[in-house]
Amino acid sequence: MFGKLTIEALPLYSAIAAGGALVTVGGAALVVLIITWLRAWKYLWTEWLTSVDHKRIGVMYIVLALIMLLRGFVDAIMMRTQQAMALNSGGYLPPEHFDQIFSSHGTIMIFFMAMPFMTGLVNLAMPLQIGTRDVAFPFLNSLSLWLSAAGAGLVMVSLVIGKFSTAGWTGYPPYSGIEYNPGVGVDYWIWALLISGVGSTLSGINFVVTILKRRAPGMSLMRMTPFTWTALVTSVLMIFAFPALTVACGLLALDRLLGMHFFTNDHGGNMMNFVNLFWIWGHPEVYILILPAFGVFSEVVSTFARKRLFGYESLVYATAAIGLLSFTVWLHHFFTMGSSATVNAFFGIMTMVIAVPTGVKVFNWLLTMFRGRITFHPSMLFTIGFIVTFVIGGMTGVLLAMPPADFLLHNTTFLVAHFHNMIIPGVLFGYLAGYMYWFPKAFGFKINEPWGVRAFWFWIVGFYLAFMPLYVLGFMGMPRRMEQYNDPAWAPWLMAAAAGAFLILIGIACLAMQVVATFRDRRRDADVTGDPYDGRTLEWATASPPPAYNFAILPQIRDREPLLDMKERGVAWQKPARYEDIEMPKSSAAGVVMGAFAFVLGFAMVWHIWWLVGASALVMWLTMILRSSDDDQEYRLSAAEVARIEEARYRALGSRA
Amino acid sequence: MESHGTRANYIVGFVLAVVLTAIPFALVATQSLSRTQTVLVIAAAAVLQILVHLRFFLHMSFSRSPRENLLAVAFTAVLIFLMVGGSIWVMLDLHMRMAL
Amino acid sequence: MSTRPGTVAAHGGGGSEAAEIHDQRALGFWLYLMSDAIIFALLFMTYGIMVGNTDGGPTGKDLFSLSNAAYETALLLVSSMTFGFASLAARDGNRGAVLGWLAITFVLGAGFVFLEVREFVGMIGAGAGPDRSGFLSAFFTLVGTHGVHVSTGLIWILIMSGQIMVKGLTLPVTSRLFRLGLFWHFLDIAWVGIFSVVYLPGLM
Repeated sequence: MFGKLTIEALPLYSAIAAGGALVTVGGAALVVLIITWLRAWKYLWTEWLTSVDHKRIGVMYIVLALIMLLRGFVDAIMMRTQQAMALNSGGYLPPEHFDQIFSSHGTIMIFFMAMPFMTGLVNLAMPLQIGTRDVAFPFLNSLSLWLSAAGAGLVMVSLVIGKFSTAGWTGYPPYSGIEYNPGVGVDYWIWALLISGVGSTLSGINFVVTILKRRAPGMSLMRMTPFTWTALVTSVLMIFAFPALTVACGLLALDRLLGMHFFTNDHGGNMMNFVNLFWIWGHPEVYILILPAFGVFSEVVSTFARKRLFGYESLVYATAAIGLLSFTVWLHHFFTMGSSATVNAFFGIMTMVIAVPTGVKVFNWLLTMFRGRITFHPSMLFTIGFIVTFVIGGMTGVLLAMPPADFLLHNTTFLVAHFHNMIIPGVLFGYLAGYMYWFPKAFGFKINEPWGVRAFWFWIVGFYLAFMPLYVLGFMGMPRRMEQYNDPAWAPWLMAAAAGAFLILIGIACLAMQVVATFRDRRRDADVTGDPYDGRTLEWATASPPPAYNFAILPQIRDREPLLDMKERGVAWQKPARYEDIEMPKSSAAGVVMGAFAFVLGFAMVWHIWWLVGASALVMWLTMILRSSDDDQEYRLSAAEVARIEEARYRALGSRA
Repeated sequence: MESHGTRANYIVGFVLAVVLTAIPFALVATQSLSRTQTVLVIAAAAVLQILVHLRFFLHMSFSRSPRENLLAVAFTAVLIFLMVGGSIWVMLDLHMRMAL
Repeated sequence: MSTRPGTVAAHGGGGSEAAEIHDQRALGFWLYLMSDAIIFALLFMTYGIMVGNTDGGPTGKDLFSLSNAAYETALLLVSSMTFGFASLAARDGNRGAVLGWLAITFVLGAGFVFLEVREFVGMIGAGAGPDRSGFLSAFFTLVGTHGVHVSTGLIWILIMSGQIMVKGLTLPVTSRLFRLGLFWHFLDIAWVGIFSVVYLPGLM
């Protein structure tokens, strides 16, 4: 009846694991209680959970990302404290638990923090920047969101029922195979990735079609914002890279469920093919995450330096070049597999080549700032912090691109320092910059700046303190993922790194305070113009928050910086002569229902509850069929209603002027 | 938007596909060529047949298909070359070294 | 995208907005197929590097049947043409003919799935199941993935036939039928890969 699920699955084996489970369950219960107490269920359901509006979906993605950032960070600080304590002692975490923590930290940060954050920002800003009313497939957008949430839910549930994988975020076999890992941990990992991976592929398709087919009249490809360009290339990578992850995880699932021999030691398995498939996805994934952050930096630099972006074309070509080259370097993640010198040299050289277009972009940003009048908005601080820090990470990356150096440094904390040096400034700082930059657009009031500035300083100082010691430790030969050690020379560096993690904790607290202060001062900091930074691109031309249809009349685009162009011609915010009826997509519960059953399906697969697998798959199929047979998916907003909404905005604009 | 082609179109495509299927099947059935030659013919017939399907069943053409679709197919072909070609190169190389 | 003869807009009714929606969905579905093509390509690659890993067990030469592969190929190829005829009938607005051709396509596709299932059951019964060796894992997964796609296509044909009976050849219905056509023809291309990479070299 319940497959492998028994009462033994509850985490009563250690006080810390039980505590984690209690915090998870307690946190969820608290949220449910607050929503009930506010009587907000109906509002939440009709206005948010079933919404197919790209702006709301974007906000929900970012909320998911911030929650998962918190969870991923708790894992991080637990690891740092453990290693700071674990000289010649067991510390406070048993090995089995420590291994779960580093596995879930990586899995969460990549799949359930960075991916939703990126998808959320693209959802929020890209359709406004290209001047469209919604993405090409609004319902699919909602489905993607709920599939991502289902995957995140599976990782969270593993805290309470059963255990998570101990095989690291990359899940290499044969260790992750059934022979060495008969428990449910790896299955949680596999199904969380498979389910959210489908969501990511669908998001990629959705964004590409939106960008290629739904731009405002006059917006040629070379008039798109840099952020939209990076979103386009990233979406293409999502469509073409995620299949490799699906295949890798799918084959591992077949090994585990049906006793196949893709990656086993015996019976003709080839475990290196998993590593190969995983990184065919994994390397493009790095660029999937980082390109949109580059896009954010380009927008932020241009806005807050009050200058046109320097070398727009070179930035676009560099982005496209990175998109293709990212598929030619994957072997550098496993130089030590034992390939011949020819193979390693080829991938090493390609890795150095891909650093070139990235270097081009650094000059784009520097020269945009050069002689600009810079405003130090928190977004701008994160951007400057990124440029300085990222260059260091880039140089250690080129160092690792040399196979002989990689043979010495692989699997050490040097590698850990390197990729955090790319991903924290490159990805996370970019997303935080984007979050603070577009916050007023999403909510209609400005985000609190002092707390943003504090968050920035704690993050960047904390980052250096936490990760520079890991470079040193890597040179000293410390392997990654150590639960305990007996070399006293490592201890001071690990204590410094732990101190850095605590500074980042303060940085996260500042981010939380920023949200509190922002909502407290929302009336004082209200922005009726919709254009709080004297912006240059199209998203600032509409109201904040934008009406459901974004633009009452689709704008005619004549320049790469459409709003600046309109302002210069004196036609910005002109009242149109008349309004037209607008067709809008209806909200739909199908997305959230399918997401919920995808979660049930994943859970049932993990625990081998076959009847539940069948039942939830059937519900998903039926929902999909019903939804796809429904020809009445839109409603008509009358011209009079549009006029009423727009007139209210013009009155607000007028009263301010 | 793609057009549906004509009945003649489908029939021409079908006949070509039958021929390009019959040749490699017949070669394997009769074993009349050497291994290498047979493999080459199978590969050539497969590539040609895929092109026939794209042209006559999926109605792709350089002049009439939307540019995005052609680009998507070209990009997919490049990526399949990189991923499959690269993987086979890497894995055969590893295989040789393991056998040393 | 301008409309051309034979497009949905030419079915009568529906303005350029409907054509735009069809365009977007067609491109979206096309991109999905490309993504699926990568999945197949990687499964082919996996098969390619594992074909020799028989673990002392049976090889392709022991297991495959040239005639079975030929029958499967014939069924799928003819079904591709009959689906094409269904598309043509839809363009002409001939509902009865569409349903007829779809029914024939369904029977051919079901025949294909039957032959494949019979082959699989036979192999498993002979002790050559997917858990026997790396080679057989790769074989069953590659060919089985294609078979699952064909089965999905069969269910989709049933759903579309139902929609055509209930709603008639409306714009959204013909637009969906068009995408089902892309899917069906795409599966035939994947099959060309399978007989050229799996069955024919295996039987040489």
